[in-house]
Amino acid sequence: MPIIQKAKSKPPVAKKRVSDPISIQILLIGLTLLFFIGFVFVPLGLIFSQAFQKGWSFYLDAISEPYAIEAVKLTLLTVAIVVPVNAVFGVAAAWAITKFNFKGKTALKSLLDLPFAVSPVIAGLIFVLLVGSRTPFGSWLGELGIKIIFSTPGIVIATIFVTFPFIARELIPLMEAQGRDEEEAALTLGAKGWQIFGKITLPNIRWGLLYGMILCGARSIGEFGAVSVVSGHIRGQTNTIPLHVEILYSEYNFTASFAVASLLVFLALLTVIVKSGMEKHFQKNSFHL
Amino acid sequence: MGIELRNISKTFGEYKAIDDISLNIASGELIALLGPSGCGKTTLLRIIAGLELADSGKIILESKDTTNLPPREKNVGFVFQHYALFRRLNVFDNVAFGLKVLPFRERPSRSEIRDRVEHLLKMVQMDWATKRYPSQLSGGQRQRVALARALAVNPKVLLLDEPFSALDAKVRQELRRWLRKLHDEIHVTSIFVTHDQEEALELADKIVVINKGRIEQQGSPQEVYDHPANAFVYNFLGNVNVFHGRIKNGKVSLGNHHLDAPDELKNIEEKPSQTFVRPHEIGISRLRSSETDLTGTIREIRLHGGQIGLNIECEGLDAPIEAEIPRELFVNLQLAKEVQVFVTINRVRVFTGDYEI
Repeated sequence: MPIIQKAKSKPPVAKKRVSDPISIQILLIGLTLLFFIGFVFVPLGLIFSQAFQKGWSFYLDAISEPYAIEAVKLTLLTVAIVVPVNAVFGVAAAWAITKFNFKGKTALKSLLDLPFAVSPVIAGLIFVLLVGSRTPFGSWLGELGIKIIFSTPGIVIATIFVTFPFIARELIPLMEAQGRDEEEAALTLGAKGWQIFGKITLPNIRWGLLYGMILCGARSIGEFGAVSVVSGHIRGQTNTIPLHVEILYSEYNFTASFAVASLLVFLALLTVIVKSGMEKHFQKNSFHL
Repeated sequence: MGIELRNISKTFGEYKAIDDISLNIASGELIALLGPSGCGKTTLLRIIAGLELADSGKIILESKDTTNLPPREKNVGFVFQHYALFRRLNVFDNVAFGLKVLPFRERPSRSEIRDRVEHLLKMVQMDWATKRYPSQLSGGQRQRVALARALAVNPKVLLLDEPFSALDAKVRQELRRWLRKLHDEIHVTSIFVTHDQEEALELADKIVVINKGRIEQQGSPQEVYDHPANAFVYNFLGNVNVFHGRIKNGKVSLGNHHLDAPDELKNIEEKPSQTFVRPHEIGISRLRSSETDLTGTIREIRLHGGQIGLNIECEGLDAPIEAEIPRELFVNLQLAKEVQVFVTINRVRVFTGDYEI
């Protein structure tokens, strides 16, 4: 008994000994805070102060004028298409990479990062070169009445390209850690492929999948470079929120520009809140991992 | 007839995992596939289950050719080394899984499923844990649930891939005895893979020793242990002293000493030989009892439960001998480090150089 009591009183002492000196702690925490203030809090504050510079009614007018509403609609439409499509791609890619052995697997895994590595502007240009109206494929599509560049499909495709690594990146380590044992067990118990996917694989990856979808959605909302190249900036038709912000800004309509930009900030904050809520849930359920 | 394997072969790239294995297993038997890691035993098990495809050969299960059937139609139960329980399902749903995924027409009613699962969980003594999740169970408990899950679909054969190797020693032994008892009750043809000779000897009706993708020997534990077919089997089943020497005119050389060769090797003129002596078949005394005794000095003393392990350096031998004697004898002889003793070799097995380890 005395030994246990002794051990109980020890931990705080031991803890102090292993941690860094207090001065370094203060320095690091201070630096982090300073960085946050300089690069996050102050700019965010500025956006809102600019947005509300001319008062509430101007703010509401700026975000409810028809072009702004069209931009919000287009952005939400893009997200609504991109996220499910990338969810399917992401699960398929992660599945292929973690559960099968095939040639070129490592290459495929590194290629997954390409959309992150390449500048979004180039991504946009690739699609213009591929399906623009001056290319044979593009003009063939044009004859069929399908317009991709300077219209919604182009925006969706460019956004899909830029955001597709998010979900696969999230799932691959998770699925690698989980291995194939459970699927094999289900197989020997007589389950069919779709039953294994629905009852075993999907439940095992659902939190990772949701997490990846949130990141993918956040990036889709904010994507500027690739979308800017393929959209053609047609007001009320091919402007997403970020493009609309840019147009307003270049017209020296700063207050309206910041007002619309504040919408993006709200969406971003919402994403962060949902994400941290999920992280909490993740931790609570991590014993299932 | 339970299971018949005919000329199974499997290569991974250049590596021959299974090299033309044929094996017959009678209905209701409990078989151990025993071999060192990488010998192909797990691959063989996975081929029987259909998780791996053989390059050639046939698998006949209860007189039905199942070689090319997908795993779900093979009707085998598989127990994995690391349990592979469904982490998102509780114990009840884990065991019920195999019944719930049956096609609608074959699926038992909900109450039948419940009865069957409860019966199985009672059998594996896990009926108190139906609502628990796998992560809330210990390794031994998980493996028992995994066993119940595999048995739920009434498999024709139960395959166990190193089922106890992830457990600690005490639980392993408990579960081993419990599995033997369970098998005596339900009599499902079972094959388990292990690299632990003790486990195989204790548990199995029949042991199949595998090395480098080939069967070295098969037989009852007694047979395999007492009459190992070759040097590999002898070496693999338990601790052993190996002496490399020559066999010449009916005598085997053991360092500078010569022992009578076994009868079947008496006629060999001259050949390199390997002489095997089990540590517990070595006699130790303080007085010389015969001409052939070796003189040695105790260098190390180790405790093996009720036995004492001695490391003895003998005159005329290049390597020390490992001997095992009962603790009582050790006390009676008043042995200690650096004490001189006489070593009697009671029983040797001699293999001529044809075999390789």
